Amino acid sequence: MVTVLLYLFGILAILSALGMVFHRNPVYSALFLVVTFFSLASIYALLGAQFLSIIQVMVYAGAIMVLFVFVIMLLNLRKEVRLPIGKPAQVIFGVIFGLLLFVEGLLIIKSGSISGTLGRYPQAKVNVIGNVEALGNLLFTKYLFPFELASIILLVGMIGAIILGRKKMPKEL
Amino acid sequence: MVNEWLPVFIFMIIMSVVVFVILAGTAFIGPKRPNPVKLSPYECGVEPVGEPRTRFSIKFYMIAMLFIIFDLEVIFFYPWAVVFKRFLSGSSFILIEMLIFVGILLVGYVYAWKKGALEWQ
Repeated sequence: MVTVLLYLFGILAILSALGMVFHRNPVYSALFLVVTFFSLASIYALLGAQFLSIIQVMVYAGAIMVLFVFVIMLLNLRKEVRLPIGKPAQVIFGVIFGLLLFVEGLLIIKSGSISGTLGRYPQAKVNVIGNVEALGNLLFTKYLFPFELASIILLVGMIGAIILGRKKMPKEL
Repeated sequence: MVNEWLPVFIFMIIMSVVVFVILAGTAFIGPKRPNPVKLSPYECGVEPVGEPRTRFSIKFYMIAMLFIIFDLEVIFFYPWAVVFKRFLSGSSFILIEMLIFVGILLVGYVYAWKKGALEWQ
């Protein structure tokens, strides 16, 4: 059952990702990307990563996609015009690096699981208490400082966005 | 593990079916009697010139950026809320942690407010 659903959502993710790349209308591409994000979220959920799945929907399918749609509208993109494919050197390098990335992915899959020492929350324990709780336990005790630092990073992002947005604004009215 | 998610999947399937049925229903069952006046953008008025898609103001983008930052803040609330009750039985330190976190972001909120990023001239 899990395997069937994994394949189903995997195929859906690949198809919608291809649709996103190949569709000529940028708004449709953005909508295809939403489908990709949702199928990825389903895959995370099936693999037992509930928190990641919820974050995927909330942040990527929700917030990031809003930003993408705004960028599309800001840039005033029309239907994409196909440019002729670049110089032969570009094509050759593109193919080589694409193949390298593909082989690397294959090697990682073939090598099997990721090894390393187990921490306080091995898979068996996480399965019992749940993903979110395991994360909360660590985030608010051991990783308290990074957690507080995250708020400063968010603050910097906020101030940066405001400053950049203000500067570009014309003196209207 | 699939059993836990079964309600979610059933919900998603019903949701997609309902959307499809409603869209297909209006497309196939609804009467269509088009005439040139009905299909024109304005029944009376100036004929539209140019494209409807124009460039949006950067103000929309600002609001979207602020939305993402506060959305990310909410993400941190979620594991916090899950472990809150159990941590609180020991000490109220977890409350202080979150107050510092929110306090730092509140500075950004006040900054955005004072800079007029939330205003819509």
